[in-house]
Amino acid sequence: MKELEPAADHRAHLPAIEPERQVTDWGRSERVEGFFDRTLYEFLYHYWFRVEVEGIEHVPSTGGALLVSNHAGALPPDASMIAKAIKEEHARPRNLHLTVEHFFKGYPGLSLLVSKLGGVPAHPANVHRLLHDEEELVLVFPEGAKGTEKLYKDRYRLRRFGRGGFVESAMRARAPIVPIALVGAEEAMPIFAHVRPLQKLTRLIYFPVIPAPGYLPAKFRIRFLEPIPTDQWGEEPWNDKGLVQTVAEEVRARIQEELYAMLAERKSVWLG
Amino acid sequence: MSRVLITGLSSYWGGRLAQELEKDESVEAIVGVSTEDPSCQLERTEFVRVGTHHALLRRIVHAAEIDTVIDTRLIVDSATAPAKAAHEQNVIGTMNVLAACGGPDSPVRKVVFKSSAHYYGCERDDPSFFTEQMRRPHPPRTRLESDIVEADDAVQDFAARNRHVTVTTLRFCNGLGPDLHTSHSRLLSLPAVPGILGFDPRCQFIHEDDIVGALHHAAMNDLPGVYNAAPDGVLVLSEVASLLGKPYAPLLPPWGTSLATAAWSAVGIRVPEEVRRQLRYGRGLDNRKLKMSGFRFSLTTRETVQEFAAALRLAPLRESGEAPYRYEREVEEFLRWSPSVRRDE
Repeated sequence: MKELEPAADHRAHLPAIEPERQVTDWGRSERVEGFFDRTLYEFLYHYWFRVEVEGIEHVPSTGGALLVSNHAGALPPDASMIAKAIKEEHARPRNLHLTVEHFFKGYPGLSLLVSKLGGVPAHPANVHRLLHDEEELVLVFPEGAKGTEKLYKDRYRLRRFGRGGFVESAMRARAPIVPIALVGAEEAMPIFAHVRPLQKLTRLIYFPVIPAPGYLPAKFRIRFLEPIPTDQWGEEPWNDKGLVQTVAEEVRARIQEELYAMLAERKSVWLG
Repeated sequence: MSRVLITGLSSYWGGRLAQELEKDESVEAIVGVSTEDPSCQLERTEFVRVGTHHALLRRIVHAAEIDTVIDTRLIVDSATAPAKAAHEQNVIGTMNVLAACGGPDSPVRKVVFKSSAHYYGCERDDPSFFTEQMRRPHPPRTRLESDIVEADDAVQDFAARNRHVTVTTLRFCNGLGPDLHTSHSRLLSLPAVPGILGFDPRCQFIHEDDIVGALHHAAMNDLPGVYNAAPDGVLVLSEVASLLGKPYAPLLPPWGTSLATAAWSAVGIRVPEEVRRQLRYGRGLDNRKLKMSGFRFSLTTRETVQEFAAALRLAPLRESGEAPYRYEREVEEFLRWSPSVRRDE
């Protein structure tokens, strides 16, 4: 996979930003995103989920960083709330790019909406370009659909963290990893069962049985944890697959521990 | 001093490139081959009507001591030729051209091959920006794409076997310009820009002048390897529509799209297979390698679309203008060789 390592001045040859445009080269639309931000996200963030944020200073204000979070909810609200948290609370609000499964690019309607809202297909080359060349913030959910499709009884138990691809991407870009523990999304839209025939019919990734047609007003708590620098292991650490797996496991363990700690503190699902 | 052979002289790019090279004093001789007459006026380019038979091409290459071969023949739009002819041209033709350039005694030192971004295909799990080293994640799904992949691979194979020859492959994204007639330009000329419901694909368009410019750049410089030729800026189709001042009309259904396009072709709107895939998934190319080699795109994708919009607005006014150039062998030969023609020297 050495093709992901571009020569030094590749960054200098990035396309210039055309100020007249409202859509980026990734397909992200300022207008659509702004509209959601002002209406739905604003409401969900302040009034519905009453998001509380801790450790926002762990999100660097310059340079690329890879944000890693737990993932839950049939229609996961966590990504948009993390993005909103950075816009609301950070000293230097930055745009967040979230990596989404390739499924979203292929599904009509979602394809259009997800990319306009800042979703980028989860391809290693995309993550590398965003982190290394464009020096942006990227949010990944290493659990992927395994996290969102899990049933309510398995809540807050992290699934397998993929194959450690996110660690490799961060190492190649020499970007820090910021783990995030997020409490509340599991209860906002829990899944009680899956309906396979309907899933086949609609060709969605899953077709869940949920308690309500919308989000339940669970209290959200987002904790940004201390960043893990990825330039501490010398040259080309990504060739050491053992190290990659170890780091991935460490990130997972940190988030899991933090989740247990936060759940122990939580008195009520709805009031926090 | 260089002596250039252009294959596919009758194609738009072949002709334009020849015109461009003619202005260049350092280009000593320009020979163009094609099975059809050139479509633009040429001063000193010599036209030979010949297909891609390798023995004939080889004789031309040796006799004229050609050192640079620029292959612009590739068919990149399946609406322009039937599948069989496209296969013949793209796969067999490329093989023959390469055979004519190879060999230990060949005078050829440089081959420039005009390839296409169809090499990368359009898939759900594509990266958002293809770089030159990336391979498509799945085997080609359309005949045109598999022919282009085969041709491009043959060129890479030729480059590996002939280390003394500088082989440049330029993979162009979709071209757009007032004089370029492609499936895309026809779709964008409709009263509304058609699309697939629920999709707003990313697309890149290179201006026709930049296509010629990139080929010229590759002919004049030593650029071994593969280069993506796509300008800065990746637009979404709805953005293209608004630049053209037209509504974006996603009228094709997301499921059963191929049936719908078949119905559309009955009423004269042709959406070839490879374009259909682009309308669904879109494609973006990383152009930094070509930019690093010193090439400057004159227009971004956005400016290319704007220029195309201007050309569309002018089109009804221009139609009554002068008749297009027609190649007449006798006239051309008279003008070129007759002692009676006064040349300013």
